[in-house]
Amino acid sequence: MDLKLKIWRQKDAKAKGQFELYSLNNITKDSSFLEMMDVLNEQLLSQGIEPVAFDHDCREGICGMCSLFINGRAHGPDTEITTCQLHMRKFKDGETITVEPWRSNGFPIIKDLMVDRTAYDKILQAGGYVSVNTGGVPDANAIPISKEVADEAMDAATCIGCGACVATCKNSSAMLFVSNKVSQLALLPQGKAEASRRAKAMVSKMDELGFGNCTNTGACEVECPKGISISHIARLNREFLMATAKE
Amino acid sequence: MIKLDSKIPEGLVAEKWDNYKAHQNLVNPSNKRKLDIIVVGTGLAGGAAAASFGELGFKVKVFCYQDSPRRAHSIAAQGGINAAKNYPNDGDSIYRLFYDTVKGGDYRAREANVFRLAQVSNDIIDQCVAQGVPFAREYGGLLSNRSFGGAQVSRTFYARGQTGQQLLLGAYGALNRQIHLGTVEMHNRTEMMDIVIVDGKTRGIVTRNLVTGEIKAHFAHAVVLATGGYGNVFFLSTNAMGSNGSAAWKAYKKGAFFANPCFVQIHPTCIPVHGDFQSKLTLMSESLRNDGRIWTPKKKEDAEAIRAGKKKPTDLSEDEKDYYLERRYPAFGNLVPRDVASRAAKERCDSGYGVGTGQAVYLDFKTSIERLGEKVIADRYGNLFQMYEKIVDENPYKTPMMIYPAIHYTMGGTWVDYELQTTIKGLFSTGEANFSDHGANRLGASALMQGLADGYFVIPYTIQNFLADEIHTPRMNPNEVKEFIEAKEAVVAHVNKLMSVNGNRSVDSIHKELGHIMWDYVGMARNKEGLNTAIEKLIALRKEFWKNVKVPGTSEGLNIELEKANRVADFIELGELMARDALHREESCGGHFREEHQTTEGEAMRNDQDFTYVAAWEYKGIDNLPELHKEELKYEAIEVKVRNYK
Repeated sequence: MDLKLKIWRQKDAKAKGQFELYSLNNITKDSSFLEMMDVLNEQLLSQGIEPVAFDHDCREGICGMCSLFINGRAHGPDTEITTCQLHMRKFKDGETITVEPWRSNGFPIIKDLMVDRTAYDKILQAGGYVSVNTGGVPDANAIPISKEVADEAMDAATCIGCGACVATCKNSSAMLFVSNKVSQLALLPQGKAEASRRAKAMVSKMDELGFGNCTNTGACEVECPKGISISHIARLNREFLMATAKE
Repeated sequence: MIKLDSKIPEGLVAEKWDNYKAHQNLVNPSNKRKLDIIVVGTGLAGGAAAASFGELGFKVKVFCYQDSPRRAHSIAAQGGINAAKNYPNDGDSIYRLFYDTVKGGDYRAREANVFRLAQVSNDIIDQCVAQGVPFAREYGGLLSNRSFGGAQVSRTFYARGQTGQQLLLGAYGALNRQIHLGTVEMHNRTEMMDIVIVDGKTRGIVTRNLVTGEIKAHFAHAVVLATGGYGNVFFLSTNAMGSNGSAAWKAYKKGAFFANPCFVQIHPTCIPVHGDFQSKLTLMSESLRNDGRIWTPKKKEDAEAIRAGKKKPTDLSEDEKDYYLERRYPAFGNLVPRDVASRAAKERCDSGYGVGTGQAVYLDFKTSIERLGEKVIADRYGNLFQMYEKIVDENPYKTPMMIYPAIHYTMGGTWVDYELQTTIKGLFSTGEANFSDHGANRLGASALMQGLADGYFVIPYTIQNFLADEIHTPRMNPNEVKEFIEAKEAVVAHVNKLMSVNGNRSVDSIHKELGHIMWDYVGMARNKEGLNTAIEKLIALRKEFWKNVKVPGTSEGLNIELEKANRVADFIELGELMARDALHREESCGGHFREEHQTTEGEAMRNDQDFTYVAAWEYKGIDNLPELHKEELKYEAIEVKVRNYK
């Protein structure tokens, strides 16, 4: 395949970025999108141009580090997939592919296609856990949990924290991300005790960090690489209302 | 000469850990506040350790190279975590888990460590459930188990095919709670560049901020490495792109012995290599071997026809398939340990029965789908099947998966004693970064167990035995103490050296060359001649690197090529040590297969008389040979036998 790549280049957080156009030839359709980017970077290196910086690590769709906005879609033109799992067979020979970073006030650009997602860590630090110390806990089978509840908690827990939901939302809302953790832990008996407190703390941190409001467009659900349902947002709203009603 | 002291406590193997805990020194709560601990790495071992230290009241600094601690490569573990709960009532016990792990490791692991691992395994499951880890459950509401290789019981707990993710997010939650409470200070996108030793004790590290390029020294009373394995020496592996051996290697060059570097695990079920541009290999969980059957065509003509695209695997009738694991190992069948399954696949492919490119075998779910229905299989492995389809563009419900062995895990690592302390005082090593529990081969679902055992239940105890003597050591200012200033200057000089080579080869091109040398000569099958060739080639490659590597840009600010160059320089040296270790170990055991040492049936042949020891290597300078130290392994609770899975 021969391709044209229109890629966002930005020296650092303060610099003004712009698109650059690169040509790339002889890419096989079985290579992954990031392998195509590796080939591009090797080519740029040989031309004395600094390679394009992008985040990636596990390259098997689970670490959540890769984060590209490809042809106007978070993680590109395929569903339930991360950028690292996207393959070139999804593109056409001769196509011009536009590659941008996540764009959100909550995720400032570090360089080129890399963004700073520490806001996600901060939201979870505010309460995204069960407050237990190591040791002194009951036997794992002491509290039965129905399979349906455990499965639904697992559906929520599969979030990889990549930020596609924020990047794709016109309001840059982090509600799907926040709701995953709130929902997972509210469903399980271990997390119930502090469910309302958790919802309130995480939502208030999310607001403080500059993420927008949810207006139920559902775009997040469509682009989520793990296919997480917005029904978890409903549970978050319920927990949040309970917390504020108690006051 | 330094004598290795493994500090194994007195008593019967089942009593050692209790004896240790009963007599070790502890630090009282008011003194804990005065003591600093640095943890490098935030995977299961590092994340769990850092959170636990914070809960105990120590002041903790944590470092990871990723943008968030949640992304450490533990997250990619799929299949599960072992524990001796015996919930299925199928005959499991702490002793049996211990026994299976020592046997699975081909009798090259330290008995006392493994027993402790089996003992704390049950606490791990309890802890994770309390954190809200959504393990798979049965309709009755209790936890579900499945089987893994090398065991005849079902002792593996799992969360779909994402167990590592869920366990790591549990540890990450505990870590986040401590960050919120202020006991832990988190430094992400920061790489450890060296350790700092003052008066013979590790007192801190030097780091490089990967975004700003700032090089900085940090003080602590003790340092814990939890930096994972070095599988990326091979360039292609199932490890994350950033996984590296540099922290362990810098520690080695400062005096921490490196143990059993040649013990590398090759995982039998990975998606095969498909081209030169490939950047990594993707694992298909071992759990698939519960319901998938591995085969190649019985007839060479069929294999040839399939390779040429003239036949499909689904065209073959049952009696034209050779289920070679079931044929060779009837007692364990498709669930033989990883090293055995990998070698068997290589044997079939080398003999001309491979499919795909010739370097692949089939993993077939047809029988299980007929028996259980597609829905049950989708329930168990749905995400793995989806992953396979996305990568290969074939539907594994309809046509068998193609798999081939790939580098996955490193059993070798920094030498540690029973307390997980290295040969440098105050420097500890946990999880995959150390060597201690898996011998020459790790069983499936045991890496998660060991990472969390070390992090939650071992090092929070053993580190106190060291720190109890440090309560009078005041905090040091890294800007004022000579050793810190010098260590920092040395790192600056190293970075400048990498920047100034200014040759004409990219870091990746050198890394790929390294990978080829390692795979060809220090891979699944090794021999004397090949290993000698590898050593020559690796020395030449090291020289080539320092003459010809090209790192563009500057050392300030974000520079990905510089990050990679720093890691690859270490990988080349580490590869040489692996080859030397493999050359000296004149036997086949676990993942280490020397062609000179095999039975007529092609099974690995150990040499217990001469090699029942841990090979711990001491650095003696870049142009000198490393010095070998031996830790003899004594088996008191287990009778050493030839491993038999027939």
